[in-house]
Amino acid sequence: MTPVGALAEAAAVWRRFGAFTAVHAVNLSVPAGEVVGLLGANGAGKTTLIRLLLGLLQPSEGSVQLFGSPPSVAGRRRVGYMPQTLGLYDDLTVTENWSFTAAAFGVRAALPASIAGVRNELAGTLPLGTQREVAFAVALAHHPELLVLDEPTSGVAPLGRARLWEEIRQTADRGAGVLVTTHNMEEAQECDRLVVMADGMVVVGGTVADIIGDREVAEVRSDDWARAFAVLDAGGFDVQVHGQGVLRVTSGAADVRKALTTGGIDAAVRMVGANLEEAFVAIVSGPAGP
Amino acid sequence: MTWGLDDVRVSFGRRAALDGVTVPASPAQVTVVVGGDGAGKSTCLRTLVGLVRPQAGTVRRPAREHIGYVPATVGLYPDLTVQENLDFSARAYRLPAGQRGQREQQLLERTGLAGVRSRLGGQLSGGMQRKLAVVLALQHAPDLLVLDEPTTGVDPVRRGELWRLISGAAARGTAVVVATTYVNEAARAASVVLLEGGKVLASGSPDGILRGVPGAVGATVRTGAGRPGPLSWRRGTGWRVWAPDGELPAGVERAAPDFDDAVVVAELAAQAQR
Repeated sequence: MTPVGALAEAAAVWRRFGAFTAVHAVNLSVPAGEVVGLLGANGAGKTTLIRLLLGLLQPSEGSVQLFGSPPSVAGRRRVGYMPQTLGLYDDLTVTENWSFTAAAFGVRAALPASIAGVRNELAGTLPLGTQREVAFAVALAHHPELLVLDEPTSGVAPLGRARLWEEIRQTADRGAGVLVTTHNMEEAQECDRLVVMADGMVVVGGTVADIIGDREVAEVRSDDWARAFAVLDAGGFDVQVHGQGVLRVTSGAADVRKALTTGGIDAAVRMVGANLEEAFVAIVSGPAGP
Repeated sequence: MTWGLDDVRVSFGRRAALDGVTVPASPAQVTVVVGGDGAGKSTCLRTLVGLVRPQAGTVRRPAREHIGYVPATVGLYPDLTVQENLDFSARAYRLPAGQRGQREQQLLERTGLAGVRSRLGGQLSGGMQRKLAVVLALQHAPDLLVLDEPTTGVDPVRRGELWRLISGAAARGTAVVVATTYVNEAARAASVVLLEGGKVLASGSPDGILRGVPGAVGATVRTGAGRPGPLSWRRGTGWRVWAPDGELPAGVERAAPDFDDAVVVAELAAQAQR
């Protein structure tokens, strides 16, 4: 029943709210078996795009397809969604949360073993990590073919995050498509492919290596990091502490050297490969530095 | 260390929220307290600023008027304008008007808040609210700045701006303690405390924590099949494997651990001890 091609697809989609263009000629597809990460600063248009894909908003122009047809209630039944706020009913037990969601989707399914141990607890009284496991299990209750996850491991320690990603990956390996939004660059690196939005547009897409490309930042090593930082910060450089006595600046080495020399700072400066976070900030902020 | 927590125990009823926790806070240094939800980070910070009284251990902090503290709930008045928030906070700290002007202007320009002085605090975006809260906490040039998850949910652009503000305060001599759930923010600190279940999993300098990872960490790209072993976890499209004795299985290549790996290894080691 899964159509060949993308599970969800936006083709040249625009969405305007009055004079404001929230989504600007966007193309995006989520194929079966792939985990796609949607990145962007707040206000970049990620939430509007997801609402368009689910049919909760109509595009002003362009076409949206969900399972090969225009989005509909029937299509949304095949989608699983976990909001950042988890979407559990705090004053229902785990079993009641499970049964309620299963009934809403018209499926009968036994509580999975992973959360059976807390079946009689009120969801709101569980530790946040356990609530997240329950919410994830509930989102999967009706075996969705497309999974939409909003900051799925926000506030989860790395081992818990790795375990939840194991499950997300298994879901994709069974043929589901997964669309993840996140501000956490460690989480972004778990995705097969990233799509970066800024000002309503898709500005770049690809693997982590594609996104970073050959971007570089200036690495500054100085015995007096505090003075070096103060000089660069006052000079309007985007300077960040990155290890002991090490600063990283999104600018060319020559400019950085000049500023430090003028400020009377002795420091070693060289260009090094950017990380995903630095590349992301540079991409969505446009040309950076003085 | 000048200030901080030393071997502190805090209990709420019968539940131990902090169990023998030490958090250093020294002038011109950033200490990052890293942990997931419920690890005890907020209790650490609240104990440090004097909002929670410990059952045991020592807390050293400057006098209250020399502390700047931003709780996780942001810490500004949503129904006052940016300017009114600044005025209120300045009066609360009894800052003479002459001491405010230039410093305040600098902080506002540095944070992009200078153009929105007449906007209501509650109408600012989440990231701007966090920045204003940090500016309010820095207004009286505190000796100790304590920030509870200032960057949670904030997008990477605003997160970078916040960290510039935080590192700038340390560069000017302030002792800074920051709680975060983002493990990679440990690289921004001089001193790191990894917290889980109210206990310290590991602490020290960022380099020291990476060097102190016991045994060997390896990487493998095996796909499709399940976990390569009990002491393994997903990283991107491959797996990481931890060998406590340093003997990695065949086909697993040794990898230099990063913070994420260091924290996972500490969590696995703590699980093995229980």
